[in-house]
Amino acid sequence: MKILVCICQVPDTVTKINLKNNDTAVEENGVTFVINPYDEWYALVRALELKETGLAQAVHLITVGRTVTEPIIRKALALGGDEAVRIDAESTDPYVVAHYIAAYAKTVGYDLVLCGKESIDYANGAVGPMVAELLDLDHIGFATSIVLDGNTATVKREIDSGEETDSCSLPLVISCQKGVAEARIPNMRGIMAARTKPLKIVVPAAVENLTSVSYYELPPAKAGVKIIGADEMDELVNLLHTVSKVI
Amino acid sequence: MSVLVFVEHIEGVIRKTSLEALQYASEIAKKLGTTTTAVVAGQIEETALQDLGAYDAQKVLYVADARLNELNARACTRILVTAAQKENSQVIVLLHDVNGRAIAPRVAIQLKAGFVAGALDFPDLEKGFVVKKSAFSGKAFAYVNITSPVIIITLSPNTFPIVKAEGTATVEKLQVAFEDKDFAIKVKSVEKITGEVPLADAELVVSGGRGMKGPENWGLIENLAHELGAATACSRPVADSNWRPHHEHVGQTGGTIRPNLYIAAGISGAIQHLAGVSGSKTIVVINKDPEAPFFKAANYGVVGDVMEILPKLTEAVKKFKAAHH
Ligand SMILES: Cc1cc2nc3c(=O)[nH]c(=O)nc-3n(C[C@H](O)[C@H](O)[C@H](O)COP(=O)(O)OP(=O)(O)OC[C@H]3O[C@@H](n4cnc5c(N)ncnc54)[C@H](O)[C@@H]3O)c2cc1C
Ligand SMILES: Nc1ncnc2c1ncn2[C@@H]1O[C@H](COP(=O)(O)O)[C@@H](O)[C@H]1O
Repeated sequence: MKILVCICQVPDTVTKINLKNNDTAVEENGVTFVINPYDEWYALVRALELKETGLAQAVHLITVGRTVTEPIIRKALALGGDEAVRIDAESTDPYVVAHYIAAYAKTVGYDLVLCGKESIDYANGAVGPMVAELLDLDHIGFATSIVLDGNTATVKREIDSGEETDSCSLPLVISCQKGVAEARIPNMRGIMAARTKPLKIVVPAAVENLTSVSYYELPPAKAGVKIIGADEMDELVNLLHTVSKVI
Repeated sequence: MSVLVFVEHIEGVIRKTSLEALQYASEIAKKLGTTTTAVVAGQIEETALQDLGAYDAQKVLYVADARLNELNARACTRILVTAAQKENSQVIVLLHDVNGRAIAPRVAIQLKAGFVAGALDFPDLEKGFVVKKSAFSGKAFAYVNITSPVIIITLSPNTFPIVKAEGTATVEKLQVAFEDKDFAIKVKSVEKITGEVPLADAELVVSGGRGMKGPENWGLIENLAHELGAATACSRPVADSNWRPHHEHVGQTGGTIRPNLYIAAGISGAIQHLAGVSGSKTIVVINKDPEAPFFKAANYGVVGDVMEILPKLTEAVKKFKAAHH
């Protein structure tokens, strides 16, 4: 059984976002980039666990991105995984990213494709279901647990009204979130090993972008907090009613 | 030409957030000079469908298949693709919830449609089809232009107030040629949350952090939530310590919510927590530490002990409600 884990590069949550070029772009100088947490902590680690327990034979990583994304690929390889492929293209529109991933996945044939629930930059959560549609496969999103038994996956997932347990036969695409696995940190051996693991670079046949960011806006600064005395709860309720109009 | 909108119901009752999506779609339809068609799947009374006219749906396409009482992404994709082709729709709207987020990307592939998830405002049609959405965990807004002929978006819930008008929609059965694979995923069990208000749909949320000290004190949060008709949420360490169930955890690694009111009790306001709640319209922070970072993101702050403040606030809400009913 072969698993493909989709990883992408995102700005770390704690980085400050500044804009440039008349607000049409994000200033990348000074931004710390990390592997999208859902991809690293849950999708990748669960794939590694499945390999460690003998259920999977190979874990491949894929990212759509330019050369700048190589450090995160090496880090992912240091955590584990046998080989990686970088599709040499901008990662701007989920429609395009999904086409590249699906096209590559078809050439290898995977039993399981694991994604993160969403990327924390634009939070579309679109690549997983799009890849599934392109591969004519089922997709289960918001997974909190993945158990394999032969050719069948039993997946717990969050739904709006609670939790659901689904079962589905492989091949399958799953988008992972908290619960699926416990985050790991790479060790020295992994880091050394990662240096010699294969990293393939694929130049894709171009797919047209259907969306693009026209401009950005920073949220208006909060007017400043209004402090209410501990004994003035009636006043707080009154403000919530008359000024904020939320109750 | 009509704008298509996917409308969900729970056991025959249309979801409130779906009415918001419908109304949003109708506004777009008006701007584009066309009509709105709602698409509904699963068993529901015909009158409930006609009533969608009060939110400016002219037409409802209905797929009465009992297998769809639990929504299934592949089957719903086929429904929407069939409906879009029949109506020659250029704009398709879904709700930014678990179902909408599973279906919309698949429809986007089928229709070669540009997709933007989590719209926060009406599209700007002057500059193309430009949709405002949150980016970088609420640290910026991105205005995304969709350049394809067919456009698909999911609307963030709680973005617009719902206004009911008059009107009746015509209801038509939609024939869809399902295949077995559309129902390949088997739902083995569903555990519904027992809370009074589901967090994802909630307009008001009361949330507790480590400052609540332990699960035995959650009655204070629940009492306030009950008085307000609010849902309850929590910070990550609270869920990690199993004081509260995991679906209540909000933030970077939990859910993202945008309620009208978020009351944070005993939460420090770490950036990973703010990532999930900074879109809230009004934020009230109760913390004994005047230096707690959350105060910087708050509209109203109360410096004090949650054990004392929460009961006082609950009393004040009770009094307010008694005076306003
Ligand atoms: C990668 C990453 C992802 C993360 N994702 C999330 C996430 O999704 N969601 C999340 O919430 N966190 C997340 N965290 C954790 C986050 O950084 C904080 O550690 C967490 O939010 C703190 O929770 P807290 O505010 O409840 O607890 P604490 O930081 O311990 O704060 C408790 C607060 O309560 C106050 N307090 C104590 N006693 C009282 C009292 N009697 N009355 C009033 N106030 C009192 C204190 O002054 C303090 O401000 C993440 C962290 C990392 C590194
Ligand atoms: N550029 C990319 N390369 C590889 N995988 C990606 C890329 N972008 C997104 N993904 C995967 O798709 C998931 C959802 O991303 P998104 O649809 O961008 O929110 C991520 O968690 C990744 O697993």
